[in-house]
Amino acid sequence: MKKIQRLEMVDICKSFHGVHANKDINLTVNSGEILGLLGENGAGKTTLMNILYGLYQPDGGQIRINGKPIKISNPVESISHGIGMVHQHFMLVQNHSIIENIALGYKDTPFFFPKIKIRERVKEFSRQFDFRMDLNQKVWQLSAGEQQRVEIIKALLNGADLLILDEPTSVLTPQEIRELIDILRRMKADGHSIIFISHKLDEIMDICDRVTVLQKGQIVGNADTKDMDKQGLARMMVGRDVSFKVDREKLEKGSQVLSVEDIHVTGDKGLPAVKGVSFNLYKNEIFGIAGVAGNGQRELAEAITGIRKIDTGSIRVNGQNITNMSPRKIYDYGVSHVPEERIRFGIAPGLFLYDNAILKQHHLKKFSKRYFLKYNQVKNHAKTIISDFKVSTHSINNQIRNLSGGNIQKLILGREISEQPDLLVASHPTYGLDVGATEFLRQHLLQLRRQGSTVLLFSEDLEEIFELCDRVAVIFAGELMGILEADDQRLCDIGLMMAGSKRVGDNTHLPENNQV
Amino acid sequence: MIQITTSDRYNITAARSLMTSLGAFAAGLLVISIIFLAAGVNPLFAISEIFLGSFGSAYGFKETVTKAIPLILIGAGLTLAFRAKFWNIGAEGQLLMGAIFATWTAQTFGEALPSVLIVPLVFGAGFLGGALWGIIPAILKIKYAINEVITTLMLNYICAEILTMLIVGPWKGKTRFGFPGTDNLPESVILGVIPGSRIHYATLILAVVSAAVLTVVIYKTRFGYEARVVGENPDAGKYAGIDFLKTSLILMAISGGLAGFAGVGEVAGIHHYLGYPASVSSGYGFTAIIVAWLAKLNPLYAIFSGLVFAGIVVGGDAIQISLGLPAATVQIVNGILLIFLIMGDYFLHHKVHIRFGKTN
Repeated sequence: MKKIQRLEMVDICKSFHGVHANKDINLTVNSGEILGLLGENGAGKTTLMNILYGLYQPDGGQIRINGKPIKISNPVESISHGIGMVHQHFMLVQNHSIIENIALGYKDTPFFFPKIKIRERVKEFSRQFDFRMDLNQKVWQLSAGEQQRVEIIKALLNGADLLILDEPTSVLTPQEIRELIDILRRMKADGHSIIFISHKLDEIMDICDRVTVLQKGQIVGNADTKDMDKQGLARMMVGRDVSFKVDREKLEKGSQVLSVEDIHVTGDKGLPAVKGVSFNLYKNEIFGIAGVAGNGQRELAEAITGIRKIDTGSIRVNGQNITNMSPRKIYDYGVSHVPEERIRFGIAPGLFLYDNAILKQHHLKKFSKRYFLKYNQVKNHAKTIISDFKVSTHSINNQIRNLSGGNIQKLILGREISEQPDLLVASHPTYGLDVGATEFLRQHLLQLRRQGSTVLLFSEDLEEIFELCDRVAVIFAGELMGILEADDQRLCDIGLMMAGSKRVGDNTHLPENNQV
Repeated sequence: MIQITTSDRYNITAARSLMTSLGAFAAGLLVISIIFLAAGVNPLFAISEIFLGSFGSAYGFKETVTKAIPLILIGAGLTLAFRAKFWNIGAEGQLLMGAIFATWTAQTFGEALPSVLIVPLVFGAGFLGGALWGIIPAILKIKYAINEVITTLMLNYICAEILTMLIVGPWKGKTRFGFPGTDNLPESVILGVIPGSRIHYATLILAVVSAAVLTVVIYKTRFGYEARVVGENPDAGKYAGIDFLKTSLILMAISGGLAGFAGVGEVAGIHHYLGYPASVSSGYGFTAIIVAWLAKLNPLYAIFSGLVFAGIVVGGDAIQISLGLPAATVQIVNGILLIFLIMGDYFLHHKVHIRFGKTN
């Protein structure tokens, strides 16, 4: 018997500096049910969940468990009521082992020898939900999916009957997503209730029983997923029809823009991350690099944009050798970059929105004159990005830390692609974006292509790769497993290529070390 | 059961900011009063003595302004360094190095040159001294990743010992009758004062102008922008292609240089010779850290917070003499006021909700 048979949020209101983040929200989750929570970036999903988890206090409304009103002042109280949350960004101590991390958050951990006592319990849970993990591994050695499982065990061990998952799949590989979905199904069968926040409509359709859609802080729809289709959900969310197909007209290949020749790059842990990669990019094309995360994509992107040094090899942009130049020089030669960890690299959180709108561009003539910045132009530029990319904020005189994650993303994307770069290096540009923004971004990438720019797109989302790219390369263990035209039949085997067991093109031998 | 929760406050007006600071100040005085009571002194009398001794009397006010000069100069410089999260704890050493450079320049060229030439030259030398002492930790931090808190702090002691070595050794003055210290600086170098006070007005003007210029530098220039970005998020700074070494060198040259100016003021405006480190500066380099924080890292506000802290120092000296309280009293008063002002800052940025009632 679960503690939470039925959880209700009734008339929840919350506003920040006069703007409603949540207004009259009513939602219900029952035991053994998975509720999907959908909404555009900044629609108020995270705020609502933070209220449930005790991080925020609502301005009005009530939370009830099994019909009885309760008060949640902080996460400790929330946990004691049986509510658990897995955040989008994991809250684990990187240098500690799995078991140590679990012991750290567990309420019955004894003061002496904490690990011994809880090890048995953790093992039992792992068996029940089929988690296969070595409990002595350090967290930094784990993949995102494994770290997420540690977070889930932590929550379950603390007696969570209701689990909140905030965009749990955005950091996972397709394989890991399937495993997560299995785990969630098992929890559901066990009588747990789950609130699942996601932008990926397919996943919502796949695992949720019901879905609640938020828009600008208010509920705009409730539905059973069995009565709904993807189009209908998207319409409910954005308030208009969304096209999932994009038109990519045939364009003639232009002149060569980027030439990467046999580059070798070392990763953070001192091991070779990129091993002898070569390719050329041309005007009017979108070139996709597909692969499972951690196969050298980040290092390759950083090498091209100058953040990371190259050991050997050369990179040319428009014929100019840019190998190991500073990021600013490379930017000045026409290379823009949307980094993978945008929030970490792309903003200065305490500065105003308009300050952040020119990061990396502040030295350009249009924003600065001699030693001074032209703040009038800077502010106008910020306003343009906000309206073009629909960043929701009450003013440009707002510290960027006050914006929601999705809105920060939009600002960074807007900043990097509004400059009409010759080459845009975009790493997972649609991560964490809602369907409306994703559609807009894809259109914008195609427009860049039409206007003669080149886009180098790193993505794990194969659907995205096939929709946008003219040519596709697959990366595995720091090597390219082949470069193919998007309509090449051999791309059916892309799964094998991503796993490193097939290579196509001139070079048919497999890499020496092809165990994943 | 009382429940206390907090939430962020967004609409911070200038009026609220001022009221919070005043309220915190008043609350701090209340606690200080209790300590005075415990020491057997009438708190109202003691506090009025502090204010009379610093702002309420002509003599006191003149002394306050005099002591505010180095605090404003150093405090303004520190706001820039702290904005970039460069924790410069070495302003004391930078001040002393400025004083050493200024003394050498004055003793070497002072006799030969007229005031209009030698005074700017001495100030330039002082700036250079402070700046050089300031960029050492910048180089160590950026090139070798050595923590600047340690290096700036340690360089204070090194500089103090260098100064001591000079004044007991090669620079010991013939007119000092064997006591450590240089001879008096040439007449042409001595800074003019406002009659009846010790306010060396050239340095005062320099301090106010520096604070104003620095405000423009921080908020309006490319360099200020880059310094703020580096301070907010070094990863973003790297991504934006900001040259950390260049930025750190410039900001530490400015921060150290302004401390060097303060050293010139103390030597050429107050003491007229180079003596023991503790007599050249009574810990201005450290007090200025509080001044910078109190100014909320805005150099323009450092003018006011510099005056306030100078007032507390002078007022503290006054009650030490008139009420016979121990020397530590000033530090206690300083510390309590600082804690309350920092707490006030918290309440300025956070709303506190107190609810009465039962929780389950």
